Amino acid sequence: MSLITSLARLEALRAGRARPLATVRHRHLADRPLVLVPLTTAGETGAPLGALVGTDRDAPRLLTVPQPRDRALRFAFLAELAEAVLPYVEEYADVTVTEERKETDPATGRRTTVAAELCADAPQLLVPGPAAVEYVRLLGRSMRFRRTAEEDPAADWPAPPRVPLLGRWLTHFGERAHLPGSALLLSTTELLSRHWATGQSHLEDQHLGALLAWIDPPEGSTGPEAARRAELARDADGLLLHPPAGPATDPAFDNKLLAPAIARYDQARTAVLETGRGHAALRAADTTIRTLLLSQLRPTWDAVWRGVDLLRALPEGASVADRWKRDRWSYTGHRDRLRAGEPPQPRRDDAVTAARKLAARETAQARLDAQEALDDPLVMAGRRLAGEAFAGEVAEVVMAHSEAKVPRPRPLVTVRTDDAPLLEEGARVHRVLADGRSQPAEFVAAGPAGLTVRLTGGMGRGKVPDEGTVPAPGDRVCWTLFEHAPRGGPELPEPEHTPWTHGGPPGGGAEEPDPVTSEDLL
Amino acid sequence: MTRKPLLAPTVPAPRALDPSAAAAAATRAILRDTLDGRHRGVVVDSPPGAGKSTLVVRAALELARAGRPLMVVAQTNAQVDDLVLRLAEEDPDLPVGRLHSSDPRPYDPALEGLDQVVTSTKAAELAGLDVVVSTAAKWAHTKVSEPWGQAIVDEAYQMRSDALLAVAGLFDRALFVGDPGQLDPFSVVGAEGTAQWAGLSYDPSVSAVSTLLAHNPGLPQHRLPVSWRLPASAARLVSDAFYPYTPFRSGTDHGDRLMSFGVRQDGSAVDRVLDEAAASGWGLLELPERHVPRTDPEAVEAVALVVRRMLDRGTAVTSERAPDPVPLTAARIAVGTAHRDQAAAVRAALAGHGVTGVTVDTANRLQGREFDVTVVLHPLSGRPDATAFHLETGRLCVLASRHRHACVVVCRAGVDRLLDEHPSTEPVRLGVAVKFPDGWEANFAVLTHLNEHRVRWRP
Repeated sequence: MSLITSLARLEALRAGRARPLATVRHRHLADRPLVLVPLTTAGETGAPLGALVGTDRDAPRLLTVPQPRDRALRFAFLAELAEAVLPYVEEYADVTVTEERKETDPATGRRTTVAAELCADAPQLLVPGPAAVEYVRLLGRSMRFRRTAEEDPAADWPAPPRVPLLGRWLTHFGERAHLPGSALLLSTTELLSRHWATGQSHLEDQHLGALLAWIDPPEGSTGPEAARRAELARDADGLLLHPPAGPATDPAFDNKLLAPAIARYDQARTAVLETGRGHAALRAADTTIRTLLLSQLRPTWDAVWRGVDLLRALPEGASVADRWKRDRWSYTGHRDRLRAGEPPQPRRDDAVTAARKLAARETAQARLDAQEALDDPLVMAGRRLAGEAFAGEVAEVVMAHSEAKVPRPRPLVTVRTDDAPLLEEGARVHRVLADGRSQPAEFVAAGPAGLTVRLTGGMGRGKVPDEGTVPAPGDRVCWTLFEHAPRGGPELPEPEHTPWTHGGPPGGGAEEPDPVTSEDLL
Repeated sequence: MTRKPLLAPTVPAPRALDPSAAAAAATRAILRDTLDGRHRGVVVDSPPGAGKSTLVVRAALELARAGRPLMVVAQTNAQVDDLVLRLAEEDPDLPVGRLHSSDPRPYDPALEGLDQVVTSTKAAELAGLDVVVSTAAKWAHTKVSEPWGQAIVDEAYQMRSDALLAVAGLFDRALFVGDPGQLDPFSVVGAEGTAQWAGLSYDPSVSAVSTLLAHNPGLPQHRLPVSWRLPASAARLVSDAFYPYTPFRSGTDHGDRLMSFGVRQDGSAVDRVLDEAAASGWGLLELPERHVPRTDPEAVEAVALVVRRMLDRGTAVTSERAPDPVPLTAARIAVGTAHRDQAAAVRAALAGHGVTGVTVDTANRLQGREFDVTVVLHPLSGRPDATAFHLETGRLCVLASRHRHACVVVCRAGVDRLLDEHPSTEPVRLGVAVKFPDGWEANFAVLTHLNEHRVRWRP
């Protein structure tokens, strides 16, 4: 945790109310996000129990599984989820714009500019917390390898038609969520804790109700009081007034209400199957379960939308559109893979794919850190406090030139500052010019007048620096020790050229099932 | 970087098995496996100061002399420059290429003065030279038509698996040398950003050696058995605490290395801890228990005072390198910290005491370096929690194994309780080799030992 975050948390504790960590919103928030609040069955990994889903905060669609261990009901749930999610995901696929982008020509190996189709906007999924993001990934994995009756008529449990497709989209969303700064799939608690610091621990911040209580406590109450109520308050039956945001449910709810309701449903169903009568009782049992699950889901649904309201009140950061454009590329790319009939994402990445993904995430993290600081003076203040940037007034500018055959301007700029950057002689620093370009310089020395840097670029090609590229005494400048547009990692070999150190090229063909060992027999 | 002694600088007192003989035998076996070319890879584990660089230089020379041009992969530019200088020193006629980046000041200007060293940003311009040395990052951007027959990968345990993936196509066979006890490679996206590959043999975030051995389990693995850097007082502790299953020993015996002062101690805690360190090789200056920010002003001041007094008291060291006591200069002292801001605070405090020339850096940057005396700000000092970062085995190992004579640790009281309150809670993942010892265990072992050399101080 950075020093400025620690200070903000201390202030929040003292004030009894969350403190801002940002002055702008650092993530894209769609005008019409799809909110998904999933619930899972306790003790049964990957068995969904219910969900609220939709784009209209007043009209969520309730999906439930009255008996989560019943595969047929589970498939019915997933088919209904596909019906609720896929139209939203697909409606962005056909509205496109033409963009130019650089591609490597496979024949010549040269970088050429090509016109490519880019979706004008992309879908955005909002879930309550990181556990729900993980659950989206899990649902995606459980569905994407399913075969429909059309694909494999001999299968015992054919999946409903659109379920494997939903699995592939959810996998894509889940994978994308690992990329720092991406916004295709966002968790509300992470979004809120990026923008506000509370006086409680990070672990406690994962409780959406408590987090909202700190950020926006109800009239006449303080953050800690309201958060405590959100976490602990129970009604006369011992049920939480603010049920957990899921996907896990409150054990008291499971034991006292859900388990008996499911038992009644099972009874009613057995009766229908055996006697052919009692449909009304079965419908009543189903309705009870729906009502119960809605009571657990609805508070979280409303909390997510409250979070959206709070975040919408912040103006969007300047670089957010740039990062959202990368998300649109990602969405367009997956759309194209689906249209080209490519197989679902593999169970495990091969060595090269894993390394490429990690490199992409590290580059995205560095880019995000730089962009957030440049977009937001409060974030920059944190970097300055950490010694990674310094800001101040230009005290002196001395013109100097390089010693090359054709001398280039290398002016020395001295900045008066109270910041204490961790600088060594020759360290490179960067600042943003008025036209948005980044100007490099190197640190020369610290003197009584301030810190002196030598500008090393961004001044045009002439003997005299271009207008506006050298600051004048009295100007406010902010230099960062980090690059503004970090480069990506090196090129990696193609998977079919994986070297011997990494096991050679991945084997083709279908994956073998796990071998049976003596320990498998109980 | 300080030059380390060649293997077996002198003949120490004879013991059950002569350390020089043991080290020489290990080196012979390594060179035999490397030169005969039956294996695609050879792995050498080297404890701190066991002559790893010497081995790399020697292997490079022997391969070159055998008419087998090779590429050398190191991790930082400083390591590359150091290797080139040592190669030039050992064999002034050997043509060496230094492949470098196009950044300003990409390599040590000292290389300019060497006739046999060719520097270039393009591998093609260095073709035909016996040895070409560069960083893993630069090699990763290099394309060659024909791969090298042989490579040496230095500091292979600090190289990440994905970095090896990017360069492994450049060579057919390789000698991998490194210290498994130092800091593991890390990722800026943290454990969460890499969790999905945990347990895969080619997890891009693990060390290059882990991946290499997972895919090539039959490769010969060697170990250098003798630390020439660590004194007898430290080798045992470092070996027990950080290398419990691959013990090593020091090349020198108790009494071979001495530290003395020209000025008697003045009774202060700082002087007493220096005396303790001179006598036993270890000193713990313990400050009162308190939760403090990272740049704890009192602890930083204590570190600076220890260094100041060490210089003021006319410290001299005697070792197997020279028969007479040699004055301890600032250049032979290092201060190690966990964080960069702590290092900056110590630098400022030292400047305030008029001390210049002392190396102050984080554990990451002290890796591979050697000094006579080190002063360490304990990573857990004054902390309310023991995170995985601060508990990391490699961090403490680096800090506790840079010295030839003595190590003074400055720490606030209460770390023992902190350890008790923070047992390791890292998730255990299927398929991931569990590292022994874990950071908790290693910290506990070191702390237990340091407590025997404790001097309490109230500022």
